[in-house]
Amino acid sequence: MHADPEAIKKSIRSYMFIGAMLLVFTGITVAVNQFHLAVPAAITLALIIATIKGSMVASVFMHLSHEKKWIYGALLLTVVFFVVLLFLPLLTVKGGIGTPIGHAPAHAAPGEGH
Amino acid sequence: MEIPYTVEPRPDSGLANGKLGIWLFLASEVMLFGALFSTYILLRVGATEWPHGELSVKLGAINTVILICSSVTMVMAWASLKLNNFSKGRLYLLVTVILAAVFLVNKYFEYADHLARGEGPWHSTFLAIYFTLTGLHGLHIIGGIVVMLYLLGPGAGMWKTHQEQYVNRIEYTGLYWHFVDLVWIFLFPVLYLL
Repeated sequence: MHADPEAIKKSIRSYMFIGAMLLVFTGITVAVNQFHLAVPAAITLALIIATIKGSMVASVFMHLSHEKKWIYGALLLTVVFFVVLLFLPLLTVKGGIGTPIGHAPAHAAPGEGH
Repeated sequence: MEIPYTVEPRPDSGLANGKLGIWLFLASEVMLFGALFSTYILLRVGATEWPHGELSVKLGAINTVILICSSVTMVMAWASLKLNNFSKGRLYLLVTVILAAVFLVNKYFEYADHLARGEGPWHSTFLAIYFTLTGLHGLHIIGGIVVMLYLLGPGAGMWKTHQEQYVNRIEYTGLYWHFVDLVWIFLFPVLYLL
């Protein structure tokens, strides 16, 4: 974190620049939407632009570009859990929850059970 | 008894308590919104069809611009206070609150329009996840407004008694506010454009 006034005055210019860039990228996001791209391409492009914008907010406004290692450590752990969380639904899609690993549920034969 | 490390950094982490605290809180927020984004993906992948053009891109884009501007004014409030300019810092904070309120007013009109047409969260899977995600985000905006109003009003007295601690509080509020902006940066394309 900057402490001396000169460094903060310098930071103010970067805050303004990043603010302007975020507005430009928002304009680009809306403009791209007008082209009616195929859904996979539109999703990819929109998420790339959103990730760029998010990175700018995090690194400059939230000062993550020059933070202490404890915060990077906490965020790294969060990213790991976040990725696990995103892929967790896949387990439900595959129907593996509640089944021991290596013992996939066998489909019941017609008329069997009940 | 004075609470230690409210201003000076802890020798082990190099961070003041509040700084580490707000980042851990934000980490929990990532998981909260992450769970809902994960839900969105699951619902969307599992849906046979997904509606397009149900939401006003114009209103969504205006709200994006409003939140980006509020993030700039928030960080400027902190920078002004760091430069020892209390009145300017307060003005920037006030502008941030106003922008946040305008965001909510826009959201109110958007919600009212949907509800007037009978399109509540019960109407479709898309609207259910839309109201859940934007409603939770809206609650975060309200929470931010409450904290900022406190720092503008009764909490501002700390500038005279514990100046550095007050500036730190503005910084932590700013971190929270930028996170709220960051969430919207992803919500806008996901809900309004795709």
